[in-house]
Amino acid sequence: MERSNEVAEVCLLAGKIMLQSGAETYRVEDTMMRMAASFGMTHSHSYVTPTGIIFSMDGAGPTKLIRIVERSTDLQKVAMVNDISRQISSGQLSLEAAYERLKKLERQHLAYPFWAQVAAAAVASGCFVIMFQGKWNDFLPALVSGGIGFCGLDYVHRLVKIRFFAEFFASFLAGIVAVLLVSLGLGTSLDKIIIGSVMPLVPGVLITNAVRDLMAGHLVAGLSKGAEAFLTAFAIGTGIAVILTMY
Amino acid sequence: MMIEQLVTSLIASAAFGLMFNVPKKLLGHCGFVGMIGWFIYISFVEHKADSVFATFVSAFFIAVVSQLFARMYKTPITVFSISGIIPLVPGGMAYEAMRYVVMNDYSMAIQLAAKAFMISGAIAMGIVFSEVANQLVKKRTSR
Repeated sequence: MERSNEVAEVCLLAGKIMLQSGAETYRVEDTMMRMAASFGMTHSHSYVTPTGIIFSMDGAGPTKLIRIVERSTDLQKVAMVNDISRQISSGQLSLEAAYERLKKLERQHLAYPFWAQVAAAAVASGCFVIMFQGKWNDFLPALVSGGIGFCGLDYVHRLVKIRFFAEFFASFLAGIVAVLLVSLGLGTSLDKIIIGSVMPLVPGVLITNAVRDLMAGHLVAGLSKGAEAFLTAFAIGTGIAVILTMY
Repeated sequence: MMIEQLVTSLIASAAFGLMFNVPKKLLGHCGFVGMIGWFIYISFVEHKADSVFATFVSAFFIAVVSQLFARMYKTPITVFSISGIIPLVPGGMAYEAMRYVVMNDYSMAIQLAAKAFMISGAIAMGIVFSEVANQLVKKRTSR
């Protein structure tokens, strides 16, 4: 009885880290059930939605529920939990050791420094201008407006906990900077600059995960992620529309 | 011109990998996947193929290459595929559609939005088809 409780704790912790770091829900369910099976609990059921995990083991202990509020994207953590699960399956990791490692991973801050992320967003924006057949003299303006837009996204995200507003504000900000730069004569094609600078805001993780979840038959998770991706795209579009009406 | 496209798509995809916190040693692989995808897309579009079809083929190969990497490095596939998929997202078309909406030209806007929607569907179908191929190969090798 005691042990089954501990197994459930470990599985839930692994599931929680994965779901918070942006893994597909089917992968979370799969990992949790595999882990339980390798600890001898072959009859476990896990039901994962983007906002919560329900985990139960047949006849052993109560069913448990975890609510997931904060979600971000940290593929390194997903990969590391995946690694731990593999080691458990091959019998290299005991229950206690796995719990220790997961606890440590949960607290760890693995993200790249903020400046590196902003730089990446800026460089990506610049590159997209070239990829969408823009001219090289629009590269720098897109770099600047993309970077500023991404900063705005992060800032608003921390300021207010309302989804979709951060994306709206970020695309709006990127648009304003682009308009300013073009009117100062630093860029030529406003369209290309704006398109490039909002590309870092595109909800790529949501789109990919929505498709993969739907494909695995996880209809609830797939549809809700698809809706989130659609609304995010709509928020970006609204920010741009405001700029275009003013300009 | 092609070199320019290849280099920028490599850098852009790797940069997206960094934004999604992909492990440092795999950033180059993200860039490579993105470059392959963009190369296929651009080659099709330059030969006057429809962009929906080009997107489908490109998404398919992005998923296939990601699948191979995922198996090689024993890492979840999304680590590689997400940053490769992003350049295919019809951002430019959605932008154009939005511009026509603002100008109250709804018939043009709907046309472009429908096209953008079809391209999104093509990305999804590309991923689905590669998963089908993957499972068929898996069945054959395990037998």
